Amino acid sequence: MSDAAKLDAIDRALIVATQGGLPLVARPYQLIGEQVGVSGQEVMARLQAMLDAGIIRRIGAVPNHYAIGWTANGMTVWDVADERVDELGGYVGSLDFVTHCYRRPRALPDWPYNLFAMVHGSSRDEVRDKAARIAALLGEASRGGDILFSTRILKKAGLRI
Amino acid sequence: MPELDAVDRKIIDKLQGDFPLCDEPYAAAAVQLGVSGDELLERLQRLLDTRVLTRFGPLVHIERMGGAFVLAALQVPEERYDEVADLVNALPEVAHNYRREHALNMWFVLATETQGGIGAAIARIEEVTGLPVHAFPKEREYFVEMKLAARA
Repeated sequence: MSDAAKLDAIDRALIVATQGGLPLVARPYQLIGEQVGVSGQEVMARLQAMLDAGIIRRIGAVPNHYAIGWTANGMTVWDVADERVDELGGYVGSLDFVTHCYRRPRALPDWPYNLFAMVHGSSRDEVRDKAARIAALLGEASRGGDILFSTRILKKAGLRI
Repeated sequence: MPELDAVDRKIIDKLQGDFPLCDEPYAAAAVQLGVSGDELLERLQRLLDTRVLTRFGPLVHIERMGGAFVLAALQVPEERYDEVADLVNALPEVAHNYRREHALNMWFVLATETQGGIGAAIARIEEVTGLPVHAFPKEREYFVEMKLAARA
């Protein structure tokens, strides 16, 4: 991202203070402000500014997908013709069951895939059905694909700076 | 899997974003859920304790603050799997890590505050595990919206 914003020391301190989570107290912004040395009002204003700038994507609950019933998770990967991948990546990303969609470099010869789309379901069959819909959308532009099912979360800590 | 009631599901579904920025945000958010602020706080604590939620708070887009976020994978011999998982997970730069069914059987995300941090983290993982790291930096992001409704 070329438009990286400059964060000052207070913004950075706010990110560090909240990366483990927002305090579970009635007035969390006030408490964070006391830790960082600014008012609760300033904490709120700075969090809002970082939301507006896209530095903070959102504030809220981050569920463990397995625990809320999305027990099957497949990273679907596709070998899509270079000249079509940006157009088709946009379509795949707009499918309502795709939670992330990226173009990434191939690692030939073992890894021919350049389009990654994360798919969640309550069963592997559901994920396979959704992957089949992606395959249909890609059509002949895809020379092949695979589904890498996850079998265990080894770590899910989120960002730590 | 922990039991979730209707209020828990509502919390999970309604509070994945747009958490209020006001003096008493839990009380404000609780109104739309039909519970008191205190009950919301108790339920959030329980959902975190039982790992239904992994976090509650801001989600930072590290690239927007000059950092980097890279997906990477290892091909780990089965007999070394747990040992290598511990070595990889010990790095604070590893934000999450999943076991997947493929020859490349360990997939993790490295998040660092500087661009140069990624190379250093990869070198460190290769050093401590003795295995080559396959990095898949994103070339383009088509969509990211990590919100899923509770189905349980």
